[in-house]
Amino acid sequence: MNTTITYREAVRQAIRFWMEKDERVFLMGEDVGHYGGSYAVSMGLLERFGAERIIDTPLSESTFTGAGIGAALGGMRPIVEIMTVNFSLLALDQIMNNAATLLHMSGGQFNVPLVIRMATGGGKQLAAQHSHSLEGWYAHIPGLKVLTPATVQDAYDMVGLALADPDPVLIFENSLLYNTKGLLDTEAMPLPIGKAHIHRTGTNLTILAYGIGLFKALEAAETLAAEGIDAEVIDLRSLRPLDDDTIMNSVRKTHRVMIIDEGWKSGSISAEIMARINEQAFFELDAPMGRVCTAEVPIPYAHHLEQAALPQSDKIVAMAHKIMEEA
Amino acid sequence: MDLNLAKEFYRQMLLIRRFEEKCVELYSKEKIRGFLHLYIGEEAIAVGVMHALTLDDAVFATYREHGHALARGISPNKIMAEMYGKVEGCSHGRGGSMHIFDTETRFYGGSAIVAGGLPLAVGMALSDKMMKRNRVTVCIFGDGAVAEGEFHESLNLAALWHLPLLFICENNRYAMGTALEFTESETNISLKAAAYRITSRQIDGMDVIAVAEASQQAISEIRAGNGPIFIECLTYRFRAHSMFDAELYREKSEVEEWKKNDPLLLLHQHWPDINIEEYESEIAAIIDEAVNFAENGTLEPLEDLEKFVYSPKGVQ
Repeated sequence: MNTTITYREAVRQAIRFWMEKDERVFLMGEDVGHYGGSYAVSMGLLERFGAERIIDTPLSESTFTGAGIGAALGGMRPIVEIMTVNFSLLALDQIMNNAATLLHMSGGQFNVPLVIRMATGGGKQLAAQHSHSLEGWYAHIPGLKVLTPATVQDAYDMVGLALADPDPVLIFENSLLYNTKGLLDTEAMPLPIGKAHIHRTGTNLTILAYGIGLFKALEAAETLAAEGIDAEVIDLRSLRPLDDDTIMNSVRKTHRVMIIDEGWKSGSISAEIMARINEQAFFELDAPMGRVCTAEVPIPYAHHLEQAALPQSDKIVAMAHKIMEEA
Repeated sequence: MDLNLAKEFYRQMLLIRRFEEKCVELYSKEKIRGFLHLYIGEEAIAVGVMHALTLDDAVFATYREHGHALARGISPNKIMAEMYGKVEGCSHGRGGSMHIFDTETRFYGGSAIVAGGLPLAVGMALSDKMMKRNRVTVCIFGDGAVAEGEFHESLNLAALWHLPLLFICENNRYAMGTALEFTESETNISLKAAAYRITSRQIDGMDVIAVAEASQQAISEIRAGNGPIFIECLTYRFRAHSMFDAELYREKSEVEEWKKNDPLLLLHQHWPDINIEEYESEIAAIIDEAVNFAENGTLEPLEDLEKFVYSPKGVQ
């Protein structure tokens, strides 16, 4: 069925759908119950499912994330919500040393079917301890899968994809997307994990983006189209695994590439993608690759500084001009 | 408690002791590498606790877990092969001494992050409670774990959620080489647990009978739905922290003093009818077989290097 709803409502509908379908699924995290979720994603779920399956936790990120791992080992399908990616660092030990390693350390005996959702990204003047985009960091870790839903459809689909996966899956929801509206088709077959999606086909330039960067890229592509530059815009959807095939096929078509990265440039997912293009499609390039990343500064509070720190469509347009001018 | 059970406890503790002595020998021959943390001196805890469990119960242990694994009933062959890094090892050679795992006995490691296993045990016990399964999860850790935040977070959640969880703290007085009194303002660990409203006991961890009785009592209370229980076992490790430890932080006389409470010695004093010679040859044969098994094991082919990072297709 097709409906137009918000990203927030799409995540909530997906959680509700899977909790109704599968008694092993439960939601656990700070303020997910009585408060309704710090971003109101779980509003109403406590009333629907009760406190045994919508579990308010103390401010103990490490232990409730570890408890999610333990419950997954015990046959459950937990969804752990961490309030923001910055707070997830308090649980990094559990995510890295247990969730990502148990299958391997046990020689394949114990898989961890855990879903961890968290808000990511800046733009709300929440300063340097609430606004970062560390999904690229998590993509460094073998054993994890890292999803970055941009659209309402993916916000819905990725909950189900992650729950169906036998291994730990991290879902990064950019907090500026929660109020965005889009079309949701709950009957549609979801695009699998690890598959990128071409949102706009083009012939002159490939723009690779994920999460909120997708919309900045699409906006830039409209400006560029008016100038006669036909950009192809690809939503990566998953930062681990990366869809090398879709990326390289587009490079072979357009021969020019730009990456939009909400994280910092140094040691970033955009650096990884550039390296892969170098390894796999270097001779297809007609110009040096470009990228628009977050400035290398902790996110500042002041509105104008924060906006200047984040990737924006005008910067994408400027970078496109630069790439197009290179022979 | 009868003579037959006392004999069985003695046999199991002796197996752990001799197994680890063999590990030291193999380490010096470079057959075993990496870290090797010996349990010698602490055997009474593993044997006493495991006796109280059924195969349905779950165990989360630490990196000093050879004794727990043996007492839980994991085959010495598979444990030794793991030490050798062979495919036949209980963790396929991917874990080594610190990461022993076994589905059959619900043995979930083998965690080398101090206190890192406590949250997992909380989650496992939570799953049992949610699914209304009558199982108990046992979580074993050392006194070093008490300093970690996860210790406090986990005790709080276990009590708050009324989980079927038995905490076993092996207080051997040293977190690696730093004595408890240098790191804790309150060195009575059972008091910390009590502060979280967990039924908490401090017992003699060198006395296998005391450990077994306290564990059995605790397990039956937990199974009856009375929530988590915390047992602090006072113990001592006779050997160095690992093979790299020069033991500069404690006096030899202190070690000798504690050896008077050797769990094997204590049990024999209590049950003089145990013929302590009776088990040596049987255990020597078990260990010989384990070494043979490990020696003859296979090294995993290099093309399998990236296995076990993600589940194979079809796994749910």
